[in-house]
Amino acid sequence: MTTTDLIGKLLQVGLALAGFSAVLGLIFFFVDRAPKRGRDVVQLLAFLLPAMALIAIGLVYPAIRTTITAFGDKAGNFIGLDNFVWMFTQPEALITLRNTVVWVIIAPAVSTIIGLAYAVFIDKSRGERIYKVLVFMPVAISFVGAGIIWKFIYEYRPAERDQIGLLNQILVWFGQEPVLWLQTEPINTLMLIIVLIWVQTGFAMVILSASIKGVSIEQLEAAQLDGTNAWQRFRNVTLPGIRGGLVVVLTTITIATLKIFDIVRTMTGGNFNTSVVANEMYTQAFRAVEPGRGAALAVVLFLLVLPIVVYNIRVLRQQKEIR
Amino acid sequence: MSAKQRRRLFIPIAAAAVVGLALTGCTGDIAAEETADTDCADYEAYGTFDAGTEVNIYGTILEVEADRLNESWADFEACTGIDVIYEGSAEFEEQINVRVQGGNPPDLGITPQPGLVADLARSGALVPAPQAVADNVSEFWSEDWASYGTVDGTLVGAPLMASIKGYVWYSPAVFEENGWEIPATLDELATLTDEIAESEVMKPWCVGFASGVATGWPGTDWVEDMVLRQAGPEVYDQWVNHEIPFNDPAIAEALDTVGDFIKGPANVNGGLGEVNSIATTEFGDAGLPVLEGTCAMHHQATFYEGFWPDGTEVAEDGDVWAFITPGVEEDAAAVTGGGEIVVAFNDSEETVAVQTYLSSDTWANNRVNIGGVISANTGLDPENASSDLLATSVELLQDPDTTFRFDASDVMPGAVGTGSFWKGMVDWIGGKSTAETLDFIEGSWPAE
Amino acid sequence: MSDNVVDLPIPGTANRKDTAAEAVAGTKAGRVKRRLTSRWATLAALIIAVVWTIPTFGILLSSFRPEELIRTTGWWTIFQNPGLTLDNYRDVLFSSSASSPQLGSYFVNSLAIAIPATLFPLVLAAMAAYAFAWIKFKWAGALFVFIFALQIVPIQMALIPLLQMFTSILQPIQAQIHDVIPLIPEQTYVQVWIAHTLFALPLVIFLLHNFISEIPSEVIEAAKVDGASASQVFFRIVLPLSVPAIASIAIFQFIWVWNDLLVALVFSGGTADVAPLTQRLAELSGNRGQDWHRLTAGAFVSLVVPLIVFFGLQRYFVRGLLAGATKG
Repeated sequence: MTTTDLIGKLLQVGLALAGFSAVLGLIFFFVDRAPKRGRDVVQLLAFLLPAMALIAIGLVYPAIRTTITAFGDKAGNFIGLDNFVWMFTQPEALITLRNTVVWVIIAPAVSTIIGLAYAVFIDKSRGERIYKVLVFMPVAISFVGAGIIWKFIYEYRPAERDQIGLLNQILVWFGQEPVLWLQTEPINTLMLIIVLIWVQTGFAMVILSASIKGVSIEQLEAAQLDGTNAWQRFRNVTLPGIRGGLVVVLTTITIATLKIFDIVRTMTGGNFNTSVVANEMYTQAFRAVEPGRGAALAVVLFLLVLPIVVYNIRVLRQQKEIR
Repeated sequence: MSAKQRRRLFIPIAAAAVVGLALTGCTGDIAAEETADTDCADYEAYGTFDAGTEVNIYGTILEVEADRLNESWADFEACTGIDVIYEGSAEFEEQINVRVQGGNPPDLGITPQPGLVADLARSGALVPAPQAVADNVSEFWSEDWASYGTVDGTLVGAPLMASIKGYVWYSPAVFEENGWEIPATLDELATLTDEIAESEVMKPWCVGFASGVATGWPGTDWVEDMVLRQAGPEVYDQWVNHEIPFNDPAIAEALDTVGDFIKGPANVNGGLGEVNSIATTEFGDAGLPVLEGTCAMHHQATFYEGFWPDGTEVAEDGDVWAFITPGVEEDAAAVTGGGEIVVAFNDSEETVAVQTYLSSDTWANNRVNIGGVISANTGLDPENASSDLLATSVELLQDPDTTFRFDASDVMPGAVGTGSFWKGMVDWIGGKSTAETLDFIEGSWPAE
Repeated sequence: MSDNVVDLPIPGTANRKDTAAEAVAGTKAGRVKRRLTSRWATLAALIIAVVWTIPTFGILLSSFRPEELIRTTGWWTIFQNPGLTLDNYRDVLFSSSASSPQLGSYFVNSLAIAIPATLFPLVLAAMAAYAFAWIKFKWAGALFVFIFALQIVPIQMALIPLLQMFTSILQPIQAQIHDVIPLIPEQTYVQVWIAHTLFALPLVIFLLHNFISEIPSEVIEAAKVDGASASQVFFRIVLPLSVPAIASIAIFQFIWVWNDLLVALVFSGGTADVAPLTQRLAELSGNRGQDWHRLTAGAFVSLVVPLIVFFGLQRYFVRGLLAGATKG
């Protein structure tokens, strides 16, 4: 890289940031000077439109296109529900669906619970920052890094050799036979889920820790004066206080779990009955070049997320009522 | 936001920037090799181009191999003025489809999968090979090889490099010590396997199917070798083109033969575990027990030469050496192998020039001279090969009596070749029956 | 007038200051008690911290071990099998691969991509979240839910249409800019920025909305009564009060962009002009994945910056300023 390259790069970033600020500045300048009549509409558009326009181009249009693709064959001819029929008739389909459900049940709940417990335990303790960084680190590690990290946990070597996977080494220390973790059903799916939990706990912990900091100190102290123990205070004061944060964390992790494909893809390739819907989608759309089938799986994913959407609508309504 | 807060935001960003700059400083510019004294006689035919003319190549080749690729056309660049920009990606198979459909294809693509070439050609993304390339192909490549760059009767690309699959790696010292002979026929290989197993000195085979997302492919190589040797090239071609079903008895027989070698607990998996360890043993690690004396043989392509630890002598009287998986009869020279095809997404003058150069004997000799690979280009001088094994392989490829067939899984449609065939092999080694496995793969063959 | 807004005796803010003061006092008292009452909690936290760190620690040790030892023995046998080396790091940092030279330029690219791709979506999403939470309009709820549901759209499905648009619209413009200002290469970051921004929007809007909607309504109403315009309310009240939320979301957005490979693969063009670190690291393991031991070092090289950002930004959200602090 030459110095000119570097200047060019910095120039790009600088221009982009300046341009972005300038456009926003202009928008706000005119919004504040909009005629009284219709100012509300102008304001609304100014705040909402930039994001909405990008979303329409980048997500809504592709989503519609994907839905149409789901009803077509390789060449794009309309074939009705064939892709969906294919999905539910191939032998592995039900296993894939079952696995996805198992993932969604376990991963969000466990990472949220551990993240919450951890956030509560370390709250205001000495060295809170160090504690936080330790659990946060997995979030910051690239996926390539995470893959190699877990290789050193699950790797199998026969009993007569030195283990290089920690889990099997522990078994060997206790006089057990090493296990092929990623190949033995059904624990292999569990082993993959653990990787996701390991990553997502840091996310849950950071958000929930921030929420906990927001819980009213007065209430906690009042409860303490009433002679409640730590668990009661947590149940009756902290938990209601961080309800919003909990919903956010659970929802976000659930959606991330539904979309998970790279853990499965790189660790087992979907073999040994560990595949999930998102992984099938990727494989069909890009490896097998069957865009219709891939799209059909994407539609199924979308349907799977609907219950979460409905739940969030209800939470949203409740919030509105409180306010 | 207060000034203090602003400073707090500034510090991490500044720190990150400093780290970045430090790294920049460390690496610095890599000076372009001096090319002033290049002999341009070989490149006159390609013409000269304005400075700044670029040709983008996108391919699967990475790292050291990509460096060597760049080196192989450095003189060409200096003489013609074309700047060849190579980009390699491990995600090539997916990304090339994305780029083509997104309207942003490279000028040239290098892929080891004739199946992908066929898909791209039929989708209209490729331009037919220009006359100069076609001339080179008919001059320097056998018909077998030319056919892998031909889709529906139109030549769309020339082959590039090659590798021979189906070598069996062994330790000459161990063989001599135990009085084991290099088998000349498939039956002898089976007898040898039994003999080693019964001797209990070591397991006859070590096998590893694991290869990240592509887990299972080493298994497909086994099957392909057996189909070609037992059923012959005609059946092999019918199988690849789906003129016979995947669960044809001939394929079942081949798979069962593979099973006789590697599915029996007595035969595998030397020092790596039981039969069930095959699916999760990295293919790259799988051959190493040959050196440790815990297994006698390992089935893998020529490129495994690069996987032996530094200092391992690969020679007929060295630490390891390899023989070609024998045929049913003695001296039946039928081998499977792989290679790359160069395809073009446009026919601009500079693209044609690069494409033509890559299909020439000049390039093949240049590249092979740099080391590590071979090519099936008949204009290649075997002397240029960088090792004994590669020289042997070049001779084998250039021998007109050799029947060569491309790795079937690379030629089959993606849904099978890079999908169900791999997965099928993993399930099969995990205990699924031959019939069930083949029925599953057959069922996944895309409808025309 | 703008000064007025800041100095307004807003009930919420006053409250907030008191709370903060008390929090400090409470913390000290709490600390003493904590150590007496929650030994088990501390132990549990310690166990979680250790379990979560061991995998990373193992790989950190491994990254300093020679290839031979990595492949044959576990990192916990480091005392029986001593041998430390910087080779893996040397390979990662300085391997002068001609096809992808100079790690430094990839590093700069990663930063140049990640910083704007964090700022853009956060600002736009904060604006949208503010509109959803505090401007009343028809269908607000329905539109919000719709955007929320868009989170599930797999990025892979959006890549091709987006690339088509970029190729036909953006690239000619980029070529023109390159002609006018030759310093700026034809292949720019713009595509990557836009892609990251719009893929991030649904989630960031959803996350920010949750915090922004919890700002006490008195605060905002009071400002409005005093004649603050919408943009003043946004910049002087909503944004400052959401700093903790914005900071924590910024960390995650930064990390997601920093570690992204998929978007980079499609939109960076793969050249040293634009391609980020991840793209380079992904290739380190070589043609057939045989050099995976290098990834041990690669993982840490790319971890440095996210950790710096985390350390730098975490002070914003540990201070008890979270929106909704005064709720109840």
